[in-house]
Amino acid sequence: MDSQPLIAMEGIEKSFPGVHALNQCRFQLQAGEVHALVGENGAGKSTLMKILTGVYQKDAGVIVHKGREVDIPHTKTAQQLGISIIHQELHLMPHLTVAQNIYIGREPRKKFPLLLDDKALDEQVRVLFRRMNLDMDPRARVSDLTVAKQQMVEIAKALSYDSEVLIMDEPTAALTNSEIQELFRIIGQLKASGVGIVYISHRMDELKRISDRITVMRDGCYIDTLKTNEVSVDRIISLMVGREIYHSVDFKQTDSEAETVLEVRNLNRGNALKDIAFTLKKGEILGFAGLMGAGRTEVARAIFGADRIDSGEIIIHGKQARIHNPHDAVKQGIGYLSEDRKQYGLLVDMDVKANVAVASYSRYRSILGWMKQERIAESAEKVVESLKVKTPSVDQKVKFLSGGNQQKVVIGKWLTRDSDILIFDEPTRGIDVGAKGEIYKLLEELAEQGKSIIMISSELPEILRMSHRVIVMCEGRITGELLREEADQEKIMKLATSRTG
Amino acid sequence: MKVAITTNKQIHIKSGVLQQLLAFASLIALVLVFTLSSDNFFQFDNIIGILLSTAVIGVLALGSTFVIITGGIDLAVGTVMTFSSVMAGVIITFWGLPIPFGVAGGVITGALCGAISGLAVAKMKIPPFIATLAMMMITKGLSLVISGTKPIYFDETPAFAQISMGSITKSLFGVEIPNAVLLFFGLAIIAGLLLANTIIGRYNFALGSNEEATRLSGVNVNFWKITIYTITGAFSGIAGILMASRLNSAQPALGSGYELEAIAAVVIGGTSLSGGQGTILGTVIGALIMSVLTNGLRILSVPQEWQTVIIGLVVIGAVYSDILRRRKG
Repeated sequence: MDSQPLIAMEGIEKSFPGVHALNQCRFQLQAGEVHALVGENGAGKSTLMKILTGVYQKDAGVIVHKGREVDIPHTKTAQQLGISIIHQELHLMPHLTVAQNIYIGREPRKKFPLLLDDKALDEQVRVLFRRMNLDMDPRARVSDLTVAKQQMVEIAKALSYDSEVLIMDEPTAALTNSEIQELFRIIGQLKASGVGIVYISHRMDELKRISDRITVMRDGCYIDTLKTNEVSVDRIISLMVGREIYHSVDFKQTDSEAETVLEVRNLNRGNALKDIAFTLKKGEILGFAGLMGAGRTEVARAIFGADRIDSGEIIIHGKQARIHNPHDAVKQGIGYLSEDRKQYGLLVDMDVKANVAVASYSRYRSILGWMKQERIAESAEKVVESLKVKTPSVDQKVKFLSGGNQQKVVIGKWLTRDSDILIFDEPTRGIDVGAKGEIYKLLEELAEQGKSIIMISSELPEILRMSHRVIVMCEGRITGELLREEADQEKIMKLATSRTG
Repeated sequence: MKVAITTNKQIHIKSGVLQQLLAFASLIALVLVFTLSSDNFFQFDNIIGILLSTAVIGVLALGSTFVIITGGIDLAVGTVMTFSSVMAGVIITFWGLPIPFGVAGGVITGALCGAISGLAVAKMKIPPFIATLAMMMITKGLSLVISGTKPIYFDETPAFAQISMGSITKSLFGVEIPNAVLLFFGLAIIAGLLLANTIIGRYNFALGSNEEATRLSGVNVNFWKITIYTITGAFSGIAGILMASRLNSAQPALGSGYELEAIAAVVIGGTSLSGGQGTILGTVIGALIMSVLTNGLRILSVPQEWQTVIIGLVVIGAVYSDILRRRKG
């Protein structure tokens, strides 16, 4: 590895309002190597790659491309330098053919420039596929292809720009094992032809198989770069998570005698959820840990009736519950607090009163459908007082409240509805550090009052601090369950990255 | 691998052509039913009558197809049509300029209206429904203002009426097919070629399929959107000329409601309102189904009010069959 690197990034700095996203980061890519970039959610991997592809601008630091310092102000510049990225979500036009997708914006034309030369187009793509050793029909419609094939189309598109640097963000997230084999074969070929590949993935077994070197990032900092064949999976994981964790001092043991409030059996939905089964006890905070896309939100949505399920039973207070839609779930006493409060949780342009009452309007309605405004105001006042919502009055529009206070209003909505099962999806996302503590305290109080709480969180310290029990998911399955005293970051990370096939 | 790809192709054929085959089969079935129920239906004059009544709505529907494939909508096509015919009337009758100037003026008026709608959608980011609703009101009002709410007649220029009602085929082959019908089919071929073989068509589908991906691929999305709305406007302009020529007058109060019939024809023809999918052939068949239905029901003495009800049901049936098919696939 002493030849001149394709890409060398040094001392990269990037701040967003309130967040120091990248702190003196570095990264190096050689031609013909697969270089894995790993770290927890929020470690800064994506930000670093967005700087390399011109989506974001670095605040400080240098990028050297084949020995020359370069500036990458636009995605177009990156394209011209031969740097391409294949995003986790594919950017394709499903109604167009494979060839049309690959050369969109660069179509070969006939002499009369308005007319397309589709024959030449298909031929160019055929040549490209031959180079990739790929057997695919350029005229097939993208919507008819499997996700794996669509990914090949994205790779082909990247290569059609003569890319020498290919960044793949979680490329195997949606692939089956045999499709992964095919992808790895292509990666091997690209490698042999001198393309440098940045491979972002959480899957340790894949990293061991496919990568030559691994760079670990944590909390926006560069940690280390290691040769893959000289390092163990455990070592990588401990480098990824290695930070001090604050454990709450006075935590209460789960009462194993407590009544089981919710039981889920054999929940299945397509590829998203496979044989999900767990129980939730009265007064318990059950943490759901896992990486992005592990299926935690899908579990919540399935229980809440927001997505249709293929099979499975949901038992509430010992009785089989029929939940076909959120309306049924709410009637069963389930409240769901989405990770995206603004989109799914709040009526942002309406006042605190309306938001508190929105799930329970039938209670505030007189026979003729007239709303009992005073009673609504009363309930809202009660919520503001008991949850300590900082708002000038209950007539304040919630969009003017801070993130923490908005979250409290959503909690108040479900408390007003007398929900006794509360599902929190990323309860502290977008909430500043000070307010986080308050939300934690509130969750603990709710649990003490006998509410049962499912808490989905991507922040391990949060999971470890709050949960009485932790369920870990990976790829739509539950891969482990840990009691609070046995849970630690490394165990969780290991379960969260263990593919069961 | 080889096997997988052939099945892909089969699916491709299914999803692309089946809806059209279905629409075409419905058209044939309708013609058969009406032919069997009444001797008056399958007569040369009646068929020509059907085609003639298809021409104006048909041309509007051709234009609408472009915008609808982008995932947008143009509610102004009906009133832009009227506005264009009024402008043609102003140029020919009020100003006394030669007919070609009037025709060009009408078409350009339509294209300009389309371009303005496109600008509002692409640059000002106004949702297509609202932008074109506004354009509908603007052109409706302008037509009335400019014409002084009175029809403009083309009595001094009898040649103008020949654009629609004359027949080139009569002088050439002795078969009397009105020019309006020929123009409709001619325009359909041009629209079909535009959509299938040109860069405009390609970006049209790309926009409707995934606008963000198209933008990220370096395509000037705004420019092509404006172009597509302009094309739709130009087709409305042509429809305006056909309409005025057929009535030998520009009727400023006409035109509202035509946009909905045009959209119905497009939808019956299998074009998806969510964008990305559609064909000109489908639109032609859709427009024919609507006029065959209207004509056939009239011959069977079904009251006009009920004809409208039945067409409404047909629209639901056509779209629902499309949704069912998609769900299976």
